[in-house]
Amino acid sequence: MLTIATGNKAVAAAVKAAKPGVIAAYPITPQTEIVEQIAEYVTAGALASEYIPVESEHSAMAACIGASAAGVRTFTATSSHGLLYMHEMVHWAAGARLPIVMANVNRALGPGWNVWAEHTDAFSQRDTGWLQVFVSTVQEAYDATLMAFRIAEHENVLLPVMVNLDGFTLSHITQSLEAFDPGDFIPPVRIPHAIDVENPCVYGPLTGPADYFRFRWDIERSMRDSVGVIADVEREFAERFGRSYGPTEDYRCEDAEVVVVAMGTLGKEAEVAVDLLRQEGVAAGSMRLRWFRPFPKLDLAGRDVVVIDRDYSFGFGGVVAHSIRSTTGAEPYSVIAGLGGQEVTHEDIAGFVKTRQSGKEFWFGVNDRV
Amino acid sequence: MTAIPKEEYLLKCTSACAGCSSSLCLRYITKAAGPDTVLVVPACCTSVIQGMYPNTAMDIPVYNIAFAAAAACASGLSNAFRALRRETNVIVYAGDGGTVDIGIQALSGAFERGTDFLYICYDNEAYGNTGMQRSGATPLGARTTTTPGGKPTTKKDLDRIVEAHDPPYMATACSAYPLDLFKKVKKALSIRGPKFIHILAPCPPGWRYSAEKTIEMGKLAVKTGTWVLYEREYGNLTINGPSKAAIRKPAPLEDYIKGQGRFKGVTPAMLEQMRQQMQANITRLVREEEGIC
Ligand SMILES: Cc1ncc(C[n+]2csc(CCOP(=O)(O)OP(=O)(O)O)c2C)c(N)n1
Ligand code: SF4
Ligand SMILES: [Mg+2]
Repeated sequence: MLTIATGNKAVAAAVKAAKPGVIAAYPITPQTEIVEQIAEYVTAGALASEYIPVESEHSAMAACIGASAAGVRTFTATSSHGLLYMHEMVHWAAGARLPIVMANVNRALGPGWNVWAEHTDAFSQRDTGWLQVFVSTVQEAYDATLMAFRIAEHENVLLPVMVNLDGFTLSHITQSLEAFDPGDFIPPVRIPHAIDVENPCVYGPLTGPADYFRFRWDIERSMRDSVGVIADVEREFAERFGRSYGPTEDYRCEDAEVVVVAMGTLGKEAEVAVDLLRQEGVAAGSMRLRWFRPFPKLDLAGRDVVVIDRDYSFGFGGVVAHSIRSTTGAEPYSVIAGLGGQEVTHEDIAGFVKTRQSGKEFWFGVNDRV
Repeated sequence: MTAIPKEEYLLKCTSACAGCSSSLCLRYITKAAGPDTVLVVPACCTSVIQGMYPNTAMDIPVYNIAFAAAAACASGLSNAFRALRRETNVIVYAGDGGTVDIGIQALSGAFERGTDFLYICYDNEAYGNTGMQRSGATPLGARTTTTPGGKPTTKKDLDRIVEAHDPPYMATACSAYPLDLFKKVKKALSIRGPKFIHILAPCPPGWRYSAEKTIEMGKLAVKTGTWVLYEREYGNLTINGPSKAAIRKPAPLEDYIKGQGRFKGVTPAMLEQMRQQMQANITRLVREEEGIC
């Protein structure tokens, strides 16, 4: 069915199509529309899920953990401070190997209070054992949320998946959306270690270093296995529903002399910048990084790269720029832009490309003012 | 007489301290609940005493969870079992710290939402797991490792906080009265909605008395009126037998205080304050039972 929807509504519609057994969530701007829409589905009988209106995000994730441990499909959504507030349980969910799906509407962190897009919230959960995908359109928000359930629940993965969408610039914009019945693309969930009173087990007891180490390695092994699972699921999705996705979305990259790497909606803006640059005779291409964990192998070694980070690791640098430097050996021009929802246009991005200096860092709106 | 099942779900290989009364309680609770039960345990002594992976002293499923998260995790389990149309009991077994301090928000939320589960707080009046620091449930004057001079403030009244949520069933219990506890767990599990049992669980290393006195210590808490055994079913309060007798003719408070090293250094003024507090609690409960609120 073709409709128009916001990014938030697309996520909610995908959740409805995936039919979780339990949804537990807490409102926060700019994610609120997701939990409101789901509550409406449940109240109207359009979605037969147990909806737990918890009193905090820590409890939202704890409730998802309990529900997933009981063997049902689970979903939650949050943003920014909500994500940070549940941090302890975000680790717990991955450690407990529970295929929880969470939408995170990317938003900056206080102080001061700022409700606009930034990726620092998601990156603060980088080392938790969650898979993380970043989307850029309303349709992609829907498709990626659906696929997240398949990937998370795959027997060789059994790790939680976070679907990231930019606050306001995606959560609140409307685009066309094709919502569809996924049919057996989303089979019933089967969690092999679900609680079974006939076979009583203890979960998460005191664990010595040797076993603990093994469990940690097991998370990494599944994270590595997830690369192939993601590829398979995305391929099947393309075959069945006609839209193809991958670890990156590359635009005019093959013959590009300079490649712009960005995430989320800025990755789409970069495509417009590429067209502009090409008109001006600059052979630019763009690479929108979709999967952040597992971090993909990027074909950027020896290339001229401009990385736009909508995040920052203080005392270190742009997270994406450093990830690319360490995994490809490229020496990117690292642009820090879009923090706290700062507007970054395709002209701005074209400007970054034209003034690039390999290996240097540039704070847009700061360095050019001082 | 109520028949206590022979089946054991807490096996004889825990790493609890000698004289640990909270593990005694857990044995009776699991007997009352039976095998179709999931126990949710936040960080506390109970997360330690069940043993180390891959061994376990528990013969029902146990879900260990982060310190603040027990009631919320139980919510998820309870709602998932409803989605799966299963009648499995969900029981939280949490310490006083995990209940009155860090876990109180999740507890309050789960009760307000009407979650179908039983929350049991075993109250050893300190943080046992981390070596006996004060908790909000530590009583006035008690020495802990973070109140070496005795706690200057009074015990947080958890029961009145829970009561404010109007649960269909709430009760107090004490490890020295295991049959009473057994019956209360049975009754709680026969009722739908959020149920609550608050157990006073004397702790030899924390309270500084010798292990063989653990039952005596619980009995003294009740006999002096320091701990009142009652049940509140759909708002109707019943003070239970042992406390009825104690209220009529209480044992001297000193008998309870003197036997515990943690109360060394309690001044006569403090003792008087304890007595007044205890009396106020008894008066309030008696008036409620008689219907004069
Ligand atoms: C977030 C967090 N903070 C602190 C701790 C450390 N910690 C573990 S158990 C515990 C105290 C538990 O006390 P209580 O709930 O009374 O249970 P008891 O140990 O007395 O059985 C503390 C402080 C923790 N596990 N998690
Ligand atoms: S410290 Fe107290 S509550 Fe904890 S195991 Fe020992 S006796 Fe039991
Ligand atoms: Mg305690």
